[in-house]
Amino acid sequence: MTVLSRLPCALVQPLLTHVVRRIAARHPSLFARLGPHQSTDFLIDPIELPFALHLRPDPEALIFCAVPRDAAPHPGALIRGKFMLLLELMDAEEDGDAAFFSRDLEVSGDTEAVVRLRNALDDVDGSIAEETAEMFGAPGRVILARLRRNYPTQENGTVAP
Amino acid sequence: MSLAELICPAGMPAALRTAVDAGADAVYCGFQDATNARNFPGLNFTPDELAEAVIYAHAKGTKVLLALNTYPPAGKVDLWRQAADTGARLGIDAFIVADMGVADYIAQTHPQVRLHLSVQAAASSPEAIRYYCENFGVKRVVLPRILTIPEIKQVRKEIPCEIETFIFGNHGLMVEGRCSLTNYLTGQSTNMDGVCSPASDVEYKRDADGTMSSQLAGFTIDCFGPDEKAGYPTICKGRYTAPHRSDAYYAFEEPVSLNLSRLLPELIDAGVHAFKIEGRQRSKSYVRGVVSAFRRAVDDIRAGRSADMADLVALTEGQKQTQGAFETKKWR
Repeated sequence: MTVLSRLPCALVQPLLTHVVRRIAARHPSLFARLGPHQSTDFLIDPIELPFALHLRPDPEALIFCAVPRDAAPHPGALIRGKFMLLLELMDAEEDGDAAFFSRDLEVSGDTEAVVRLRNALDDVDGSIAEETAEMFGAPGRVILARLRRNYPTQENGTVAP
Repeated sequence: MSLAELICPAGMPAALRTAVDAGADAVYCGFQDATNARNFPGLNFTPDELAEAVIYAHAKGTKVLLALNTYPPAGKVDLWRQAADTGARLGIDAFIVADMGVADYIAQTHPQVRLHLSVQAAASSPEAIRYYCENFGVKRVVLPRILTIPEIKQVRKEIPCEIETFIFGNHGLMVEGRCSLTNYLTGQSTNMDGVCSPASDVEYKRDADGTMSSQLAGFTIDCFGPDEKAGYPTICKGRYTAPHRSDAYYAFEEPVSLNLSRLLPELIDAGVHAFKIEGRQRSKSYVRGVVSAFRRAVDDIRAGRSADMADLVALTEGQKQTQGAFETKKWR
């Protein structure tokens, strides 16, 4: 485990905790679609970032934290892909099946857990990313715009205009 | 006269609103149980969600069709009857059914609601279709994906009901409503439990070289090279070895999607009343992209223009598309 991977985790952790609690409070219907997988440990792995994300979507004990890859818990389900693809999947701007067909998205572990999480997120109206950015006002919007510039959208899985 | 209605998938409430807003003439959906053939984890509607969805769709002039298109196990019909009663109470516009007992119950109990015959009934001959029309008052048949356009035109002349055909999406045709491949490996029935390759039995394994294998109930059904496009983990689309072949090959069907965007004028000319887009299990992104693309295409054709059709190949299974039997029975 390196200091380089621990440092970003420490920096983003307070934001992640704040964000996930607010999102959960605004979209309680998410949890019903997760069913028995509210207690599953998901590892979401954006391949370009120096850390992965550990999600346990238990409404009574919500966990969403940045973890160095070499210190990540053994997950019930793993979801791996480029950062912007994962962000757009969360916002239903990309189709998960198409990203899987193109091999841009990798899943392993409990497939039912992944399907339930995908469906729970897909049934949310609006953009969770933009909602998150709005929580932080103008700086949040600037950061989101910069992330979208720095981590360009996948070409695969999109519909041509 | 063909109205070329666009019948669009709605796996969940947000997808339903997306389909309606993208121009669907009708949406089709199901409850969170075995009464429909997309009984997937976390998908579908509660009765309360369907009630709100019907109000939303009807306010925008869109019809709501309820899929009750699985087969009740012998003597266990209550779930299907309750679903039919709930759907009728909520004001849905038609039921999509496959089982004769379900069709008969609805015809007797809710005669004011239209009956559509699901592709799961596998009715492809005029004789079979007329039987459902005469005995249960079926108003529309969703044809199996095994007929050429000239055959569809001929069937249309010999039946007293509307025809709906799939135009885009999953191309798993086998003998629809009769496939038991999933049962052999998982013990669950596609046709009675409503789930083909249940996610709880699916596992993907990745090797260090990037090769990915898909497994169902512990059996490997396909293996994709590092740069190879993938498909759904269904047995019918797996690759197998056989005594007459030295290499693993697609023994039943291939991972490929149906796309009839180029055949829409011919289908309209053949008398097809409604075009169905498959994919209740897909995302809002898929629904938005595919429905709006076909909305523009159908509107162009209705206005006498050539259709300006978006490229949808990125959304297809295995990133491959086919016109299947609609073009020729020698498509494989």
